[in-house]
Amino acid sequence: MLKQTEGSHAVAEAVALCRPEVVCAYPISPQTHIVEGVGELVKSGELRNCEFINVESEFAAMSVAIGSSAAGARTYTATASQGLLFMAEAVFNASGLGLPIVMTVANRAIGAPINIWNDHTDSLAMRDSGWLQLFAETNQEALDLHIQAFRLGEELSLPVMVCMDGFILTHAYERVDMPTQAQVDAYLPPYSPRQVLDPAEPVSIGAMVGPEAFMEVRYLAHAKQRQALERMPAYAAEFKSIFGRDSGGLLHSYRADDAETIVVAMGSVLGTIKDTVDEMRAAGDKIGVMGLTLFRPFPSAQVRDALQHAKRVVVLEKSFSIGAGGILATNVRTAISALPIDTYTVGAGLGGRAITKRSLHALFRGAIQGKLEFLTFLDLNREVVDKQLAREAQKRRSGPIAENLLRDVGVVAAKIV
Amino acid sequence: MFQVRIHGRGGQGVVTAAEMLSIAAFEEGRHAQAFPSFGSERTGAPVVAFCRIADKEIRLREPIMEPDALIIQDPTLLHQVDVFAGLKRDGYVLINTGKTLEELGVGEFLKDWNPARVCTVPATEIAIKCVGRPVPNVPLLGGFAAISQLLKLESVIKAINDKFSGKVAEGNVAAATEAYKTTLRAMKEVAAHA
Amino acid sequence: MSYQPISFYQTGTFTVGNRLLAPDERSVQAQVKRYNSLNSGHRACQGCGEALGARYAIDAAMEAAHGQLIAANATGCLEVFSTPYPETSWQIPWVHSLFGNAAAVATGIAAALKVKGKHDVRVVAQGGDGGTTDIGFGCLSGMFERNDDVLYICYDNGGYMNTGIQRSSATPPAARTATTMAVGAEPGNPFGQGKFVPAIAMAHDIPYVATATVADLRDLEAKVLRAMEIRGARYIHILVPCPLGWGTASGDTIKMARLAKETGFFPVFEAEQGVVTGVLPIRKKLPVEEFLRPQKRYAHLFGKQPKVDVIAKLQALADRNIRKYGLLGEEH
Repeated sequence: MLKQTEGSHAVAEAVALCRPEVVCAYPISPQTHIVEGVGELVKSGELRNCEFINVESEFAAMSVAIGSSAAGARTYTATASQGLLFMAEAVFNASGLGLPIVMTVANRAIGAPINIWNDHTDSLAMRDSGWLQLFAETNQEALDLHIQAFRLGEELSLPVMVCMDGFILTHAYERVDMPTQAQVDAYLPPYSPRQVLDPAEPVSIGAMVGPEAFMEVRYLAHAKQRQALERMPAYAAEFKSIFGRDSGGLLHSYRADDAETIVVAMGSVLGTIKDTVDEMRAAGDKIGVMGLTLFRPFPSAQVRDALQHAKRVVVLEKSFSIGAGGILATNVRTAISALPIDTYTVGAGLGGRAITKRSLHALFRGAIQGKLEFLTFLDLNREVVDKQLAREAQKRRSGPIAENLLRDVGVVAAKIV
Repeated sequence: MFQVRIHGRGGQGVVTAAEMLSIAAFEEGRHAQAFPSFGSERTGAPVVAFCRIADKEIRLREPIMEPDALIIQDPTLLHQVDVFAGLKRDGYVLINTGKTLEELGVGEFLKDWNPARVCTVPATEIAIKCVGRPVPNVPLLGGFAAISQLLKLESVIKAINDKFSGKVAEGNVAAATEAYKTTLRAMKEVAAHA
Repeated sequence: MSYQPISFYQTGTFTVGNRLLAPDERSVQAQVKRYNSLNSGHRACQGCGEALGARYAIDAAMEAAHGQLIAANATGCLEVFSTPYPETSWQIPWVHSLFGNAAAVATGIAAALKVKGKHDVRVVAQGGDGGTTDIGFGCLSGMFERNDDVLYICYDNGGYMNTGIQRSSATPPAARTATTMAVGAEPGNPFGQGKFVPAIAMAHDIPYVATATVADLRDLEAKVLRAMEIRGARYIHILVPCPLGWGTASGDTIKMARLAKETGFFPVFEAEQGVVTGVLPIRKKLPVEEFLRPQKRYAHLFGKQPKVDVIAKLQALADRNIRKYGLLGEEH
């Protein structure tokens, strides 16, 4: 059924349709509306056979999830930013134990300085945790991906993060097509765990493994995760047959067939990029887009296929590995390393900086004209940066960076963007 | 695509207004996207919310920098925040006030504006009367429906009933209806003077 | 106490053979059909108090749950010595996740069992003092305040023995550990620090809190059985001497536990809904020095010139326990 609703509520409803049995909740912006939504459905009795647990930290949220999943319950939680990092140890543990927990990450920057706005630093910091990572472009895709995530995770016995841009998607009201319970039931079979804590068949889960077998355990985790590269497209196809729409899969190309320039990105910014590309296409530029849905496992072969005819690739990412460069870009570059393609890294939207069509036009134009450097930051205020660098060069105690920059930038509250 | 920017203060239901606007547009079968300015603002702080309305899927995710319409829920913002930033020439301006534009000090700025596109409505008074609380967001949506002719009042009422229930919904429906009529009347007067 | 006590004079031993008792009065561990939940073959040190405590506690819990029990285990000695890959000593469903989350994992298991309608299956969580009073304390407190249906058992040996004997918040004052070295003006663990988690557990007003030692194993069993009669959050804190960490002879583990209790150094009591309901009284009060002297971690107190002032301060702590919990029984 079509409805106009908030992204968080759409996800909460979709999660409820997946019949989770245990949901752990701990508040953190911009995720909180999601667990509030699920909690209300539990408390009102609309979602039955579900334990909704208010925990004392994100670390506990993931730990409770580990316990309930190990005991055979379909388990869901959601977090963001600092919360994801606070539970990091348990995040790795959940995948190591092979527990198919589904978790929404409402993507948000990581402090300090504290910043509640959107970028992808949080989930990308967990890229090596052994979780599958799916990125949603729209709220429709976000809710669809949650349904697919349970299917995928439970089949592979691996946990899945569904990443959606904090505020930009979670707090946006837009049209979604909410599936029926019958559709979801037809798509998602009841959870049948590969291993479970059961007095009838006692097993020890989580024993220590030494050097004699740890490498093999890790290899198996990799091999298992790579199976998602085949499952995801198959589950997306099956999803389409039941729900009647394209959602999920590994990646999506847009006007890229004859494109000399292909922009690669993840998440909601793809919409703004597509609008920009349409305008540039109208002006005769051969430019296209490749949006990545599955970031972990990284679909290297498919990325290579999608980009192989391009002259240049511009990876626009809301993350940045300090001291090294782009994270998504590094993965993309590795995938196409054998091809003669120039690859540009653009850090954009960090800490919620608006990514505007106007800026994207200038960026892509620069790339086409060969004026783009290999690592750049969209709309970086060079003046402010240089001032601070000069201050630091001049005086050892030059004051807190955040305060200095805000003073240079001026009052923020009064600005629209 | 029609883009609306709503300015107000935390506690005035700015974000809710944008959401309801999107629901009203949805009720008319259109695509709509509403989103807040994503702050951690507290009660009383300047807040901005946005709503895009279009006949096809809306992919754009940037803030609205060049609005087709402005709804200003608190006139004290006029001299604190650059509310008119990027407003398209002859864009719609709806201000919650019982004062005149001159009294508000924006007469100069709007003097060349198409007078049919600028309107004031005492939304706070209407809200106090109908809802019992000084929440101007819903009556302003009624006013917006009148000034822009973009949406039917019935759609706004549907959106109210989607968001609220019981007495609050009834009061808000009354408030929106009154503001709608007040605005229409004001528009007619403007037309008569023109 | 709900069990049939056996006096020393009856058997000439503190063991739990119970040959003087009728079969239905015998201890869980004395039964032929005991569960052996923590089976032989594990890799604990000689004289490990924790292995002994866990064996009695978990078998008693199994007895109460009619074999329907799941355990969540914190990282630590118990976890490491019981599950050397690819073997396990656990004959019950058992999961180890992390050092600091056993209580939360148990909460999750309990939630799963509840939602699946498996009301007969019970949940225990267990960890050492580090995993309980330090790194796992947040999760423990959360489990308590939500009154989740979990029995949490802490095996307290007064330090991080698994990592090489470092100080925890359960390490007693003046004790030498690798991080509270027996050097300087005030050797060993500082006075005025540390916490007694049973009292904090009581402050959560949870249904049941008890302490026990491996010297009184029938008391320990009785407390586990009592705890298992109750639903909600329950906590049992068991003093388990560590020969390696304390620097005591492997054969003296039970004696050391008894000395801790008989000196008042470790109070043995139980409490319901935050109120102390019973204590295991001191049989024959001994000076705290009797408990300290055999331990190498206190050797710095007993050099050529014994540190009488420090010993007096430790005696004062024991005396305070005796007063606070009424450990001298009726005499008090």
